[in-house]
This record gives sequence, structure tokens and C-alpha cells, in this order.
Amino acid sequence: MLKSNSRFFGLVFQISAVLLALVFTTIVLLITQAQPFEAYKNIILGSFGSVTNISNVVVAWVPLLLASTGVLIAFSAGLWNIGVEGQITLGAVFTTWVLRLLLDSSLPPGLILALAILAGMLGGALWAVFAGALKTYGGVNEIFGGLGLNFVATALTIWLIFGPWKRPGIGSMSGTEPFPDTLWLPMVPELRMSWWSLGIGLVVLVFVYILLSNTYYGLKFKAVGKNRTASELFGIPTGNYLMAAFMLCGALGGLAGAMQVVGVYHRLIPSISSGYGYLGLMVAMLVNYQALWVAPVAFFFAALNIGSIQLPIVLKLDSALSGVLQGALVLFFIMMEGVRRRFTKGK
Amino acid sequence: MDTNLILTGLAGVIAAATPIVFATIGETFTEKAGVINLSVNGTILLSAMAGFVVSLTTQSIILGFLMSALVGALVAMVIAFSSITLKQSQVAVGFVLTLMCRDLSYFLGNPYMGQSGPRIPPAFPIPVLSQIPILGPIFFNHEILVYLSYILIIVSYVWFYKTREGLVLTGIGERPAAAYVRGTNVNLRRYLYTFLGGALVGVSGPMYSLAYKAGWKGTISGLDGIGWIVLAIVIFGGWNPLRAVAGAYLFALLQWLGLVLQPNLPNIPSQVLQVAPFPLMILTLLLVNIGNAEWVDRVLAGMPEGERRFFSRLLRSIKTSPPAALGTPFENQ
Repeated sequence: MLKSNSRFFGLVFQISAVLLALVFTTIVLLITQAQPFEAYKNIILGSFGSVTNISNVVVAWVPLLLASTGVLIAFSAGLWNIGVEGQITLGAVFTTWVLRLLLDSSLPPGLILALAILAGMLGGALWAVFAGALKTYGGVNEIFGGLGLNFVATALTIWLIFGPWKRPGIGSMSGTEPFPDTLWLPMVPELRMSWWSLGIGLVVLVFVYILLSNTYYGLKFKAVGKNRTASELFGIPTGNYLMAAFMLCGALGGLAGAMQVVGVYHRLIPSISSGYGYLGLMVAMLVNYQALWVAPVAFFFAALNIGSIQLPIVLKLDSALSGVLQGALVLFFIMMEGVRRRFTKGK
Repeated sequence: MDTNLILTGLAGVIAAATPIVFATIGETFTEKAGVINLSVNGTILLSAMAGFVVSLTTQSIILGFLMSALVGALVAMVIAFSSITLKQSQVAVGFVLTLMCRDLSYFLGNPYMGQSGPRIPPAFPIPVLSQIPILGPIFFNHEILVYLSYILIIVSYVWFYKTREGLVLTGIGERPAAAYVRGTNVNLRRYLYTFLGGALVGVSGPMYSLAYKAGWKGTISGLDGIGWIVLAIVIFGGWNPLRAVAGAYLFALLQWLGLVLQPNLPNIPSQVLQVAPFPLMILTLLLVNIGNAEWVDRVLAGMPEGERRFFSRLLRSIKTSPPAALGTPFENQ
């Protein structure tokens, strides 16, 4: 009785969190004297109105999926890996690097692509190890270490684009010289989308789901995250597990960056990480450690991002509205969870 | 470089550090009470936008600043309510808020982008003090906010270390249970300090949009990131307002030196120098935290007596430790 009641309760609170977020965003829209329904309609049309739009949502979904699942591993180990953003960037940098090195080699393009993607994962993992080492050996909280490294990663990208990797002639914000299409992932004709990167995203999702819910390692990550001292006493090498969580998360972030290069932009651009790292943290906060939920939530967030691109063009509204709605959703979810706990405890 | 130029430069350092002084003292109050307000970065952006828009539409700087203080305090109240009353993670809520406030500032500020609004009244020298050689031109020929920051520094120092209330503040951050037993309403005080700290952080926003970086420029306002520096300076300051203020001035000084030296370093693109504060932030945090690491103790133990004493004293003097109950909710039972 009580059990089914509390599940029902949980749903009620979650739905009210969504409603509150919508109310909040509507109020924000009213403050700017915009018409809320027009704005929402445009977001929906912008994300699902045409095949191109839907494919763009999928293009945004893949890196978000990878970043969110990575963050989920870090969360399980109790780590606030805010540095995913930089890890995505470094993944893109390493991938670009390997592609440039092997561009004129006689290796088959498939092999070059595979090496470049692996290099991307390595780059992300290395950047995460940086933040991890700062935390475990230097006592620097991973929030500050990761955040600082994010800014450093962006600076590194810009330096590369305007310096050593600049386009013949003059470097520009549009990025490095695009790679020939032999070094692209196979693309869907007419679209920016690649089935390959979608496939990789989904495989990783399943991998992380199995890792966290069905393996010994997943259990240990959670043990370290829940109670580090107890895990240490229990004989788990907590330091190793923390570093492993950082590395896995970084590798998945790096993979997201690699996908941005080989599957979307085909070059290195200044804002290659596009905020997917920070958004991934938000997704991971919403799903409450359940990896499979990452798929729909990340898809929804990606749709909001893509849909809001239309806003400045059609309604002269800033596209940051998607961030407001995403933030409000996470915020009210967290708050309603607290309200639910108060309620159930009181009874 | 001639002396006058250096003096003007140093006076500029004091002016540039002023918003950071307000924000770091505010955050120090909040964290000293045991609450982390991680939303500082977003709060500064949102209050910079709100303060500018209100000043522009009402043509009143004072209303603009009041609005920004209110915005900062309201954001802080969301954190206080979620963490103190609803017992949710301060870090999670603060992080979401920092992103959401940033997007809110871009969204709501969009129609006002690039407009020119009122500005803080110009600098005026303080009669006698500005005549002091060297110190006068550096410290006592400024806009009114800089003078207010001096008062804030003194007040916060007295509040922290010379009043009973300061003891209570330390108590609710270090040993809330003990403070509760002594008759302190821990959670009420945490609410109040979070409110106060948030308001001070909020006030720092329009100091950019109404003065040094006048106007609201949305994503290119160059303000994104400053809040994280503030949070790092609070740690560097060891939750001591005076040390935090020293950190704020040091930071502004280094930024100025970077600007002055830039022509001598033509190989470094300006984008790279712009992010120089962040590796600096990591290094600083490393310095103040490394004394807490286990392996450092082991290394120290293996050193000859004289060196060991020197290094451990050095580490201890720069090491900082947070209030013991920082980030943990308090339940009176």
C-alpha cells in the first residue's frame, strides 16, 4: 500500500516539477512581452518541423548522450566532473591532430578515422586525469580544477586555430581547413547526420548501463561514491577507482569531441564543445543514476537546443531560452524531490 | 615607466578589484556560515544585466544597485531554501543556478544589448587623504563604490573577529550542533547570511555594467568566468575576509601586469592571455591545498630536520581549511 502510494507520489511530484518549470519559463517570456505559445510552438517546429530539423536534433543528441553517460559514471563515484566540457574539447583537438598527421599518409581512410577517434578518447581521458590528479594528489576540488581546465582547453583550441593549424592565408574563427570527405564518417545524403555516430552513441549508452547496473565495477564505483572511508576500510583501492571514473568520463567526453570533428564539423572550430559538457551534467542530475533514462532526457534537451535556434530569427528572442527551461526543469526536479522527502517523512 | 603611470595603473588595479572585493566578502560570509553559494558566476551576470536595465529604464543608479542586490539575494534564497529546508545538495542547486542565471541574463537582457545607459558618477579625491604621497593617488581618488568597499572591508573584519555575532557565525559554520545547544537558531542564521552574501555578490554585477565595462553586451560582455575566480579567491582567502580581499587585489594586480607586459610577449595571442587567470586559479588552489595532502606529509617526514621545519612552516602558512560544516545541512534533533 505504502509502496505503491510512494511511487504514485513520486510521479505527482515529478509532473508538478515539469509544470512549475513551464510556469517559470512562461513568466520569463511574459516579462519580455513575448507570446509564450508562439515561442513554444517555434521551439517544437524548430526541432521536429522537418526531416532536416529532426536530423539536427539527432546530431546534437549524440554528443549529449556521450557526455551525459560519462558524467553518470563520475557521479556514481561521487565526483563532480565539471570538466567534461574541456574533455570534449581536448577530444576534438586530439582527433584533429591525428587526422592532420595522417592526412597525406597511405593508410586506408577507415583506419585513419579509427585511430583519430581513439586519439580523441585518449585526449579526453588525459585531460580528465589532469583534473583527477589535481584532486587526489593536490587537494584541488574537481569543480575548480575541471572548470579552470575548461577555459584552458578553449584557449588551446583558439591558439591552434589562429596559430599552428591556421588556414592557408589567415586564421579565422570559422576554424581549421576542412578535411577531405574521405576522412568523414559516412554521412546521410543531404544531411549533417551520420548513422555511425548515432550507433556509437547508443552502444556507449548500453555499455554504461551494463557497467553501472550489472557489474562488480559499477558496484564499486557506487560504493566509493557513497562512502569513501568505508570503501577504503573494506579494501577497495578508492584512489584507483576515482581516477578510473575520471578517465572513463573523460574518454567518453573525448569521444563526443571526436564525433563533433569526424561526424559534424569535419574540422576544428573554436566552440567545438558547444556547451554539451555542462548540459550533460544537467541531464545526469535529472536521471538520478538511471543510465537508460539518459536517452529520452538527452533527446529532449537536444530538441530544446535545436528548436530554440529559430527563436532569434522568427521572434527576435534570444536562444538562451532553452537554457532557462532546461535549468528550471533540473532546479524544480531537485526541489520537488526535497518536498517529496519532507512529505513522506512526515507521514 | 614613469612614476605617474605606475600610480595610475595601481589606482586602476584598486578600481578593477572593487567588484571582486564585494563578491568575495559576500561569499565569505555565506560560506563561513556553512552554505556554499556556487551560483556566483551566474548571479554576477544576472545582476549586472538587471542593474543595468533598471538603471536605464528608471535613470536611477541607486535603484539599479538595489535591484541587483535583490536579484543576488533572491538567487541565494533559492539555494538556502533548497539546501536548508529541503535538504538537497548545495553544489547541485548552485551549479544549476549558475547556468540558468547566465542564460536568463542573456535572454532577458537581449533587448537592451548595446544600449548606453547611465554610469556611476566620476571619481572624486578625498580631501586630506588624497594628498598623501603615493598612497593618496592610489587609494583616495576613486569612484564612490571604491570608498564603500573600504568601509565594507573594515566592517566585515570587525564583524568576523571583534563581535559576539562573529563568534556565532564561526560557530554555525564549524560546529552547528554546539552552536544550537548554546541557543543559536542555526538555520535562521544560515538563511540570513546566505541572503546577505547573495546581496553583496549581486551588488558587484552592476559595477561592471554601469562602470568599468559599461552597458550590457550579452555573451561578449567578458563577465563569464569572473564568478568562478571569486569562489577560488574565497578559498585562497581561507574564509578570512582580509586575506580574501588581499587575494582580490593580488588578482587584479596580476591582470594589470599581464596587460602591461603583453606588448613584450607578441608570440602569445590575446585569447590565451585572457584565460591566464584560470591556470593561475588552479595553481593557487594547489598551493593552499597541497599542505593537506597525505603524500606531502610522507615526503616531509623523509626530509632532514632543518628543511622539514622550513617547508612545513611554509605550507602551514599558506594552507587553508574550510569551515568544518561547509555544505552539510544541519538538523536539530
